Order: sequence, then C-alpha cells, then structure tokens
Amino acid sequence: MTDYNCSLAELIINACAEAWRDDGELMATGIGPLPRLGASLAKVSFNPLLQITDGETYYADAPVPPGKRHKEPVFEGYANYDRVFSTLWSGRRHSMVSPVQLDRFGQANISTIGDRAAPKVAMLGARGFPGNSICHPNSFFIPNHSTRSFVENEVDFVCMAGYNTERYMNGKPPKGLDLRIIVSDLCVMDFNGPEKSIRVVSLHPGVSFEQVQENTGFELKKAFETLPLTPAPSDAHMALFETLDPNNVRASVLKNNPPAIGN
Amino acid sequence: MTRKSSDDFSKVETPSEIISRLEDGMTIGIGGWATRRKPMALVREILKSNLKDFTLVSYGGPDVGLLCASGKVKKLIFAFVSLDHYPLDPHFRAARQSGKIEVWELDEGMLHWGLRAAAMNLPFLPTRIGIGTDIINQPSFEFIDSPYEDGETFVAMPAINLDAALIHVHRSDVKGNILIMSPDPFFDELFSRAATNTYASVEKIVATPELDMEANARFAILERARITAVAETPYGAHPTSATPDYHLDLNHIKSYVESAETPEAWEAYKANYLYGTQANYVDAVGGADAIGAIAKPVY
Repeated sequence: MTDYNCSLAELIINACAEAWRDDGELMATGIGPLPRLGASLAKVSFNPLLQITDGETYYADAPVPPGKRHKEPVFEGYANYDRVFSTLWSGRRHSMVSPVQLDRFGQANISTIGDRAAPKVAMLGARGFPGNSICHPNSFFIPNHSTRSFVENEVDFVCMAGYNTERYMNGKPPKGLDLRIIVSDLCVMDFNGPEKSIRVVSLHPGVSFEQVQENTGFELKKAFETLPLTPAPSDAHMALFETLDPNNVRASVLKNNPPAIGN
Repeated sequence: MTRKSSDDFSKVETPSEIISRLEDGMTIGIGGWATRRKPMALVREILKSNLKDFTLVSYGGPDVGLLCASGKVKKLIFAFVSLDHYPLDPHFRAARQSGKIEVWELDEGMLHWGLRAAAMNLPFLPTRIGIGTDIINQPSFEFIDSPYEDGETFVAMPAINLDAALIHVHRSDVKGNILIMSPDPFFDELFSRAATNTYASVEKIVATPELDMEANARFAILERARITAVAETPYGAHPTSATPDYHLDLNHIKSYVESAETPEAWEAYKANYLYGTQANYVDAVGGADAIGAIAKPVY
C-alpha cells in the first residue's frame, strides 16, 4: 500500500509533472503555481532538457520558485513575447493551463460566460489559447472538479480547439492539436478513449469513479476496469519540493490545504 | 533638452498637442503589454479631452480599463485585458459586461499577425490560428486555400491598419530617434509600422550623441521617419513599468482596482490622478523618488 504522507497539492504537482516526462527538449509552461511546480519538478527529476522561464522574459537555468525570490536566478536564454510566439508556432512547447470551463472535446474557455454581447461574466479574453491549442501539446489542471468546470454541453466560448469534428476545417483535425492529460483535485484523465474521448486514468486516494462522474457534465470512460490510485510523490520528490517551493506557495492553492487522503 | 545645432528639426510636442492631433472615431493602437510600458501619460491626456468613439487595439492593461471607464471606446480589438497580479481589470469587465463596447476578440498571435500584415502593406496574412474555436465565428474573417500542392485552408487574418500608434519609450532625441530599453520590446515596432502616425511619450529626451547608438542599436526598434511627434513625460508609463528605469507600482494598481468598486471611488480616483498635468500626477502618486524606489515585482 502506498504511503500518502503528502498534501493533495503535492500529489497534484507530482501528477502534473508526468505531463512533461517524455517531451524531450522543449519549452514547458505551467500557468498557476501547481502546474508551474509540476514543470519544475519534471525538470529537476526526470527531464532536465525542459526549458522553463522566470514567468517573464528569460529562460532560467534552474526553476525559479513561485513567490518571493531568495536568490537571483541564473538566466540561460531569452523568452520575450515575439520569441515565445515563434517557439509555440513551431510546436516546441507543452503548456498546462487552467481554463474556467472544459468540455467533452477538450475545448476550453477563459473568455466569457453567457451572452457574447453583454456577458454575465467577462474574464481575460482568449489570450494565446487559440494558437496554443493547434500548434503544440496542451494539458490541463482543474482545481475544482465540478459540473461547472467540466460542462455538459460545449463551453460558452471556445478559446481552445478540441477534438470536435463539427468544428474541423474540411473534416481534418487542426494540424497541431494534441491534448495530453487533465489533472483535477479528484483524478487524472487523458484523451485516449474512443474517438479521443476523455477517460479517467487514476483516482486520487479516497475518490471513487462514481464521485468523479457525478461531478462531470459528460460521460467519462475508464482507462482500466479497476482504476489505480494516482501515485504519491516519492521521498526524493518530496525532498525536492522544499527547493522548488521554499515559500510553500503550494499550501495556499487548495482551500485548507487538505492532505492527499481522508478529505 | 538641448538643440545640437540650428539645422536640427524638432518633433517635440506637449502631450496635449499630440492628443489634439487625434480625431473622433480613429483606430488607435497602444503599445506595451498588460502592466508593462504603457504610454499612460498620453492615455491620461486622452481622458481629459472630448475625443470619443475610438476603435482601440491593445495587448490590454490599465490603458484599456481607463479608456473604457471614461466612455472613449466604441470598439475594442484585443486578445486579453489583464493587470497580471490582478488578473481581471474591473473597469474593462464592467464595460464589457454592460454590452456598451463592441469587441473583436483575437488570439494574441492573430493580433500580432494583423499588425504585421498592415506593417507589410498586405491585406491579410494566412494562419491556422482560430481554426476549431469560436474566434473565427465572429464577423470579419475570410478563408483562403493554399495555391500549392498542400491545398490547406487557412484563416486570412486581415490587416489591422491604425490611424495612430501611441508608445512609451525610454530615450529619444528631438528628431524622434528612439530607444526602447526594456528586456522585452513587445510589439511596439509593429504597432508603429501598422500606423499612419506614431506618437511616443519619452522618459527623457537627450542630445543625439547621448543615445550612444552604437552601443544601443538593438534598442532602436524604429526609424525616426516612423515617429511623428515625441513628448517628454518622465514616469509617463506609471503605474505600469518602464524597466529598467522603474518598475510596476502594485500599490497604485490596487488603488486603480479599488476605484471600480463604487461610483464615489471612481470619482475620487479621477479627482486624485486624472485631471492634472503629468507633473501633478507624479506628485499625486508620491513623487519621483518614490516611483524610483519601487521594488521589482515577481511575476
């Protein structure tokens, strides 16, 4: 039996890191503290080739901790926006993002909820999501797994393309469309079901498939008849968290920072 | 400011002279990115004018929020409006949710591409971006098939031609030779090349030799023929950053965010910061020394 002597946030970071395991040398972008720490963990453990920025303009030699800086980072490269566009258009990037809505096709929304002319909620705008989604691999972190985030129908405004044949140009999927994994506070999923449908790959400890399905607006597949537990971070990974996140930002992301088990 | 010789021409104007060149209904592009190097002194000057009905093009930050809150914007062409540390700009949200502004929402790269097409005097540039999303279900997009063997269908991203571009730069001389010395120049070059006229607010206008052009050539992202007028406005990007001269003022951004909470708070913000000259503004936000002492924020 695995020892889950970690927080749910640490379990999630460990699961996020897996997104970049086999990517080789490319730009790894984790938006938000847990995906960012996931990319950082991947870089300092199993994929040192990853290129990670300081969150602003430069690639850093080692991952830059979120929050207060305890030492000045050493920079190894330049990542101004023009260069980031060139990089992402080439496909040499894998992002993990947290959209407000995600649907069964993997289509994602961060723009508006409700009527387009006078929306109930206006958020950021599409940002780089449309281009990202058809140029390079993308994964997702959804901190509140619910039917509000995993919506029943299509998302209100499709900012990221997904595996929706109705929206394909001339019947072909957009050239670089490549959706990888979804990590939530309940489970890990991927897009390897029939016709790229979403399936549950592992359950976080204490969570049942039925609970995941109840909190999802569309039907989920199972990767295995008996779903495994999401692996706990190894002792080595637990030790790395102290270096990657000395400000313990990871404890402030999920409400009350629950443990990985017994919540 | 010194004039090197009597032969020199000068493009130096005041912010109000620059803004008096703008007209109702123009398409105006604003350089910078979100909370970084926005020509805020020129934006504040627009707020004091009677100008209206702009089509605004921006990688949006408080420039968009202020212009929306002041009723200057008819249509917004954008990919996002964000204050970074405060991800959502409440003034923009209020305007957007009220339905009072038209929007043409783009991907960040499509906005780049639209400006680049205009900069190259092309009617459009092809891209795959937008395919599979609701972006291309908005009006004003056409599609084009590749004439080569691949035959692929692309989005024909139309040129975004600007009547005027407003940018904030670190140094210039009186002739409009400019330097943008930030770590990231963003897309100010394309905003300018897409525009009929470019107006730059400048931290400091110096004599031409002081530009030290051989050392600083990589910061000279535009030729002076692109610059119609320059206005010296020290701290003219505040509250956004003009690194390395000064950093983002997060405390002021907080005041700006809070000014959207009630009509009284907005009136108070306007009275404190938006009615005076740039020198009044610098005093109101704590003075030059205080701005210079702001610590570099962490992104």
